[in-house]
Amino acid sequence: MGRTLLKRAGELAAVLLIVSFGTFMLVSLLPNDPAVVILGEGREPAEYAAVREDLGLDDPLPVRYVDWLGSAVTGDLGESVVPPYSDVLDRVAAALPVSVELAVLGLGMALVFSIPLAMWSAYRAGGRADRIISASAFGVLSVPSFLAGLLVIMVFANQLGWFPRAQWVRISDSLGDNLYHAFLPALVIALAETALFTRILRNDLITTLQEDFILAAKAKGMSARHILLSDALRPSSFSMVTLLGISLGRLIGSTVIVEYLFALPGMGSLVIGAANTGDFTMVQGAVLVIAVIYVLTNLLIDLSYGVLDPRIRRAHV
Amino acid sequence: MSSTSAVLQERSTEPGAPVLVVDDLRTQIHTPRGDVQAVDGISFTLGRGETLGIVGESGSGKSVLGRTIMGLYTTGPTMTITGRVLIAGKDVHALSTTALRDLWGGDVGMVFQDPMTALNPVKKVGVHLTESLRKHRGMNRAQAAAHAAELLNLVGIPEPRRRLDQYPHELSGGMRQRVVIAMALANEPALLIADEPTTALDVTVQKQILDLLERLQDELGMAIMLISHNLGVVAGRADRVAVMYAGRVAETADAATLFDVPHHPYTEALLEAIPRLHQPPHVRLAAIDGAPPNMIAPPVGCRFAPRCRYAQPDCTAAPPVLDAALVRGVADPRHSFACYHPVNAGGQ
Repeated sequence: MGRTLLKRAGELAAVLLIVSFGTFMLVSLLPNDPAVVILGEGREPAEYAAVREDLGLDDPLPVRYVDWLGSAVTGDLGESVVPPYSDVLDRVAAALPVSVELAVLGLGMALVFSIPLAMWSAYRAGGRADRIISASAFGVLSVPSFLAGLLVIMVFANQLGWFPRAQWVRISDSLGDNLYHAFLPALVIALAETALFTRILRNDLITTLQEDFILAAKAKGMSARHILLSDALRPSSFSMVTLLGISLGRLIGSTVIVEYLFALPGMGSLVIGAANTGDFTMVQGAVLVIAVIYVLTNLLIDLSYGVLDPRIRRAHV
Repeated sequence: MSSTSAVLQERSTEPGAPVLVVDDLRTQIHTPRGDVQAVDGISFTLGRGETLGIVGESGSGKSVLGRTIMGLYTTGPTMTITGRVLIAGKDVHALSTTALRDLWGGDVGMVFQDPMTALNPVKKVGVHLTESLRKHRGMNRAQAAAHAAELLNLVGIPEPRRRLDQYPHELSGGMRQRVVIAMALANEPALLIADEPTTALDVTVQKQILDLLERLQDELGMAIMLISHNLGVVAGRADRVAVMYAGRVAETADAATLFDVPHHPYTEALLEAIPRLHQPPHVRLAAIDGAPPNMIAPPVGCRFAPRCRYAQPDCTAAPPVLDAALVRGVADPRHSFACYHPVNAGGQ
């Protein structure tokens, strides 16, 4: 197990290097010249040159990369290049909890919804419940998230008035209030993920339920509930767990639509805002953090396979 | 069905009530291409401590028979089952779901063909055994663990305590099959259905497993239904043998009688196909030409007729019924066959 971890850590470091280089190179993809962004238009060329010099933009690429990476590793992601010139790490640290919470809550809800639905579907595959659940899943998947978000807001916030529509309360201020405000946006995220998880898990469950060991469990007198929960779920959950990891990483940076609909100060809003104003240090810093989280999440998922299946534990040693 | 009477007469000769009574059992499987009569009117009884060997080619309906008897197959959208199965006096196909769950793993245990797939790869050996003990006997965790260790000991697994904490993949095939047997025997069932229990194992391990089943039968007194495609496995292990062909019993008799004086040409052909030690080397093994019939539209008369070397025109007219064999003019209630032109007819 120790060697596995070491090997994984090495791979991880390589991936992170590549990712960080990609992030660093993002700046050259931004359409505007950083110096123009900082000073505004209509200055003397010498002034622009001075700013570029100051930022080190005239240094060779490898030098700039190593400089930037060195600072990033020590936690210095630089300052925003547009007013109010705030510290990038501070801004990311403020936005990240919002996105992580939304993603975790949304995925948690999706699991709570999809596991029973998938079991019900798979146990009577081809039956009426299965057909209704499958059709609904496709239906939900085909609704774009901004539309789903608007519908959820219309029903639960405007019509029923059960939940607030916008505003964010930090966990540190009040957990109850925080959850109350996070519920609707998390629900919007959960909808599509639920549909996805249900489809994947249902199919894997159907395959598992045809295994001999399921028949053997049945022949021992185990109940359908016991067989589904204790025998079939774990061996069927690999695809879903993989998908869960991908979704978690993806959602942290891409809940922009939901953040926008609910006016939430998350990572998506931060990155989009920064990109629009040409705030390249902010984009670099935020994207790097998202990438690191993505890579770490997927490492966790990889390790979880060993927990899910004892055969994999041994195969790695 | 008149053919069942000869077989059912045995019931009166059994000491005590039989553990298993199968009466005119039929399993029809509905497939998109048509209905398959996988089990077509099978009747027999099995007493305590008795072993019945069910022998037939792949696709003869042996496994379906086993699972239908067990009640794992029930009438529903995909199949229709008629006839009756009594296990320990309980009408299997009339039981409620809850009663069936008490029966499975309680009165009747099942051993599966492939020990590589019959154990859940993500569950420890111990859990496989304890969950059944806790369900059927209401044992607590510690009691169940202790009993599970005893069971492993019973099936000849050394260091049972350590094995309980291992996963199936850490055990050899033979060991796994021992675990599967321990699972089936956890609650000392009256009937054990062993569906090809040795097919996936090495020959030496096969013998060990069959010896084990025999010893356990002596110790626990259960009835065993031993399903195999291999007459050699059944020979010497079964008290009685039923040869199945295309969903029906072609011939059934005491094991010794069946091997000595087979009357059905199919039984004869199967016996000829067994490799024997005294055979001269490099001689082609006898084989039965052709394949079992398409069960969606089986032959009208005797289902073996298209492959039978003794077939006559009357064979394809109507199916022969399972009737008692005559020994010196007297019907032998323990030996019956379904054939118009039996072999060894005068040979007793």
